[in-house]
Amino acid sequence: MGTDHADHHHAPDGHGRALRLGIGGPVGSGKTALVAALCRTLGPSMRLGVVTNDIYTTEDADFLRRAGVLDPARIVAVETGCCPHTAIRDDIAANIDAVETLEERFGPLDLVIVESGGDNLTATFSRGLADKQIFVLDVSGGDKVPRKGGPGVTSADLLVVNKTDLAPMVGADLTVMSRDAAAVRDGKPVLFTSIREDRGAHTVADWVTGMVHDWRHVHATPETPHATLHP
Amino acid sequence: MNASLLLLADSRLPAGGHAHSGGAERAVATGAVRDEHDLAAFLHGRLTTTGRVAASLAAASCALATTLLPDATPAGGPASGGGEAGWTALDAEADARTASPAQRAAARTQGRLLLRVARRIWPSPVLDGLALAVPSPHHPVALGAVAAVAGCPPRDAALAAAYHSVTGPATAAVRLLGLDPVAVHRLLATLSDTLDAIAGTAAASPHPDPTPPEGSPSEAPDVWAALPAHAAPALDLLAEQHVRATTRLFVS
Amino acid sequence: MTTPPPPATPRAAHPPATPGPATTPPDTHRTALPHSAAVHLATAPQPSDARRGAVARGPGGRRAMTAHAAIAAEMGGRGRVVLSTLRSAPPLTLRQTGPERVHLVATAAGPLGGDRLRLDVRVGPGARLEVASVASTLVLPGRGESVMVVEAHVEAGGRLVFTPEPTVLAAGCRHRMVVRLTLAAGASAVWREEIVFGRYGEAPGRCHSRFDAVHDGRPLLRQEFVVGDPAVDGSPAVYGDARCVGSVLFAGDEPRPLAAEVGEGRAVLPLAGPGTLVSALAPDAVRLRERLALPAPDGP
Repeated sequence: MGTDHADHHHAPDGHGRALRLGIGGPVGSGKTALVAALCRTLGPSMRLGVVTNDIYTTEDADFLRRAGVLDPARIVAVETGCCPHTAIRDDIAANIDAVETLEERFGPLDLVIVESGGDNLTATFSRGLADKQIFVLDVSGGDKVPRKGGPGVTSADLLVVNKTDLAPMVGADLTVMSRDAAAVRDGKPVLFTSIREDRGAHTVADWVTGMVHDWRHVHATPETPHATLHP
Repeated sequence: MNASLLLLADSRLPAGGHAHSGGAERAVATGAVRDEHDLAAFLHGRLTTTGRVAASLAAASCALATTLLPDATPAGGPASGGGEAGWTALDAEADARTASPAQRAAARTQGRLLLRVARRIWPSPVLDGLALAVPSPHHPVALGAVAAVAGCPPRDAALAAAYHSVTGPATAAVRLLGLDPVAVHRLLATLSDTLDAIAGTAAASPHPDPTPPEGSPSEAPDVWAALPAHAAPALDLLAEQHVRATTRLFVS
Repeated sequence: MTTPPPPATPRAAHPPATPGPATTPPDTHRTALPHSAAVHLATAPQPSDARRGAVARGPGGRRAMTAHAAIAAEMGGRGRVVLSTLRSAPPLTLRQTGPERVHLVATAAGPLGGDRLRLDVRVGPGARLEVASVASTLVLPGRGESVMVVEAHVEAGGRLVFTPEPTVLAAGCRHRMVVRLTLAAGASAVWREEIVFGRYGEAPGRCHSRFDAVHDGRPLLRQEFVVGDPAVDGSPAVYGDARCVGSVLFAGDEPRPLAAEVGEGRAVLPLAGPGTLVSALAPDAVRLRERLALPAPDGP
């Protein structure tokens, strides 16, 4: 982060700032691919920023920059000191700093995506960092993962089950996953995708667009008008 | 000791400290720190150099902030806050003691994050004044100001700064080398006397007169010129190597 | 350590820039003096017993000395630099070795414990001055601490290049070095400092050096080095396995010689203020000098 910060000290209630969307999930479940797909889909209609929390490198940030889905300057990488879940849950200061830096440089923004480093099923975003969060699973972990629950699966605003194309190969039953997820998620939505095959990403994008609309409705201020969204 | 010191010194204070290794990650990567023995030497060296400097700056900052607290402002005087010239001058003293740009960036990032969380935990016009004068202050400067606002005297601020200079690297080494966390805490315990001594000396350093006769906050930065300035050239090299490393887990 | 001085133009002793003792002792022999006595001696060559070899007999080789030497360079007529002050005070003996250059010639061993040495350097507006030394300074033990103070002022448009040979900390020494470099706005300086931890195979004595550079009233660089505490010296955070530490400061309106970089045992560090520090650690003095060297034209 630069040292050229103004004295930004945003009110914690979220007025006048972008929706902050956390995307978490285990290593390799497709978080970065989902972020790329969202940027591609939402980029034309929204002002975006992305913060990545790589575990050991800036690989995710570099991947996104190379993918050309967003102005590279709008993608910021945060180091997490071996503890990706600490950076999104217990000590969110560096992520907040990164988000605010993006808003300061490019703001006003409509949506800032914070992608967590790959972690385990207990990792969730603090409500102090993410207004909404998506948890990404993939089928290759087995169809019993939703049944096992864990804070990520049970509490995320949206559960995405990715790599459905692999289900037959790993013997995962999507019906079982859907039923178990519904049972532990108290009615919150679940979407099945195969981002690699470009299947289902638009449904996630639609859900995100709805969230941004709602956020704008509640939190927009005259000083920071939000862009007209074209869902 | 004020109980707020415990909050300030706690590694769980959500101010971004968990992602800073204070050079330990690069020292491990280069093989300079491989085991507990190396870590002991690393921590002792760090404490007696940059830790001592941080402690002195924190004590000076705490003393300055104390003169700016609403209670210290005479009736009819400015509401409080302010002190811009003092904050800028003290921060410049920290700059002059930090030759490495990477170390300055790390210190300012940590200072900015600490100041942000502290302004929500202990709201005060003094911290607003600091943020206005120096939005990203060096960490010891931020720590000293926060300590004062939380009710701690300069010695406590110095102690927290010195402690902070070793706990980050110690925790990082536990994570990176898989060291026995109990053994590492035993190491930290052996540093207690040095921590106390450094904090005591730092608090005894000359500070601007806390009760200036004219009632204006003291802006006598000359007394800060003599504050300790112990250099740690190896830490400078490690910090510069670290920011250029293609793979890293910690910010610094 | 016994490098002879370079050919020097013999030079008449200048009158002291500041009021000194009215009667300068004409005797250039090492006079036994109380610690507090100030002496101002002429720049005549010293007798052979001033050589380091002679003093290697031990700390009792001579008594502690107090000395205050001074150099001042000003712009004279026709755009030439004039050394308006060149006051030697053994063991700090000064020789002009070029139009704008002065060499420090050690005319006695040491410093020894108990010595109080001071050198004042002033570069007037627009003037230029280089100060070097002909050999390393070997700091030896003695009664108490030895102290070396260098106070340097560079006025606007002036430029000082201060590049002495290394200070070598012999076993058992207790040394304190203080440098205060003050630059006016528009002044510049190149300042080299090298500390060698003992002679070959020798554990160093103790040393505490403090360097303060102030530019245009604002602090530019403040650094202290403490050597001689084994628990700190060998710390991978401080000197690691190095046997020498050194730096070159390019201060003031010096063109920044290089962008920030880091290499084997050295880093080029742009400071927050107007200046750049080259900082290095090395196993020996030769490699230290190599690591401090810059390819830039203004390099030392």
